[in-house]
Amino acid sequence: MARMKFICDAERCIECNGCVTACKNEHEVPWGVNRRRVVTLNDGVPGEKSISVACMHCSDAPCMAVCPVNCFYKTDEGVVLHDKDICIGCGYCSYACPFGAPQFPSQGTFGVRGKMDKCTFCAGGPEANGSQAEFEKYGRNRLAEGKLPACAEMCSTKALLAGDGDVVADIFRNRVVKRNKGAEVWGWGTAYGSKQAGQAPAKVEGVKK
Amino acid sequence: MMQRISLILLSVAALTACGEKAQTLGTKNDATAFSGASNAFVAPGWQAGDKNSWEQHLRARGQYGMNDHSRAP
Repeated sequence: MARMKFICDAERCIECNGCVTACKNEHEVPWGVNRRRVVTLNDGVPGEKSISVACMHCSDAPCMAVCPVNCFYKTDEGVVLHDKDICIGCGYCSYACPFGAPQFPSQGTFGVRGKMDKCTFCAGGPEANGSQAEFEKYGRNRLAEGKLPACAEMCSTKALLAGDGDVVADIFRNRVVKRNKGAEVWGWGTAYGSKQAGQAPAKVEGVKK
Repeated sequence: MMQRISLILLSVAALTACGEKAQTLGTKNDATAFSGASNAFVAPGWQAGDKNSWEQHLRARGQYGMNDHSRAP
């Protein structure tokens, strides 16, 4: 199997926040923590674009690189997960992540920052698959139940695609060909690498440095 | 008598650390997703432990659930 990936089609997203609600409900995410959220550019202006954002489970995840206690790990399917028993809640991953995925619950009288929480691609954590301990720390493990992430399965316009990278890329490619206009697949290059992401701008002929 | 009591107390104090959990770095081993979940919400149509069956099931679920062009061409 290829890697598990997310794609959000900005041409289809209608900013309904169904994905956000599905995620919060499925995993009983605490108040103040949003594993997924919808970002709208030029809100209210004709031609506005929305995109649903969460952890993209990057190929070369910067959160994993900066974690001082090495609490992250990657599954065989390329899902980036973390162990809350090891996380110290330092917040380095939050600064490193280009998508703002890591979330920190504020609990207690003084709003003490808790351990990091983020999208798990509905793959739970290191506890036994489907166990109560796993649910309480990380939410449901839908992958082990033979299901895809709740956000994508609940998306009414199918703007948000999740699953095997080959499958979602095929579905998306087919759409782009049929509608005969731009791909608008924001975040793909940043998360999974492409010729556009992280490379110097192309040289222009006749311009000296 | 006092010596015996103090010896017992000292032994208890000395052995207290034996009950503590080891604090080692590194994540626990996570079970693979295709090994299935131990709850009542597992979707039917695939065999837990069979990686190929799980992959095919997810592919079919993705195609059916997300590819609206294949359902309404």
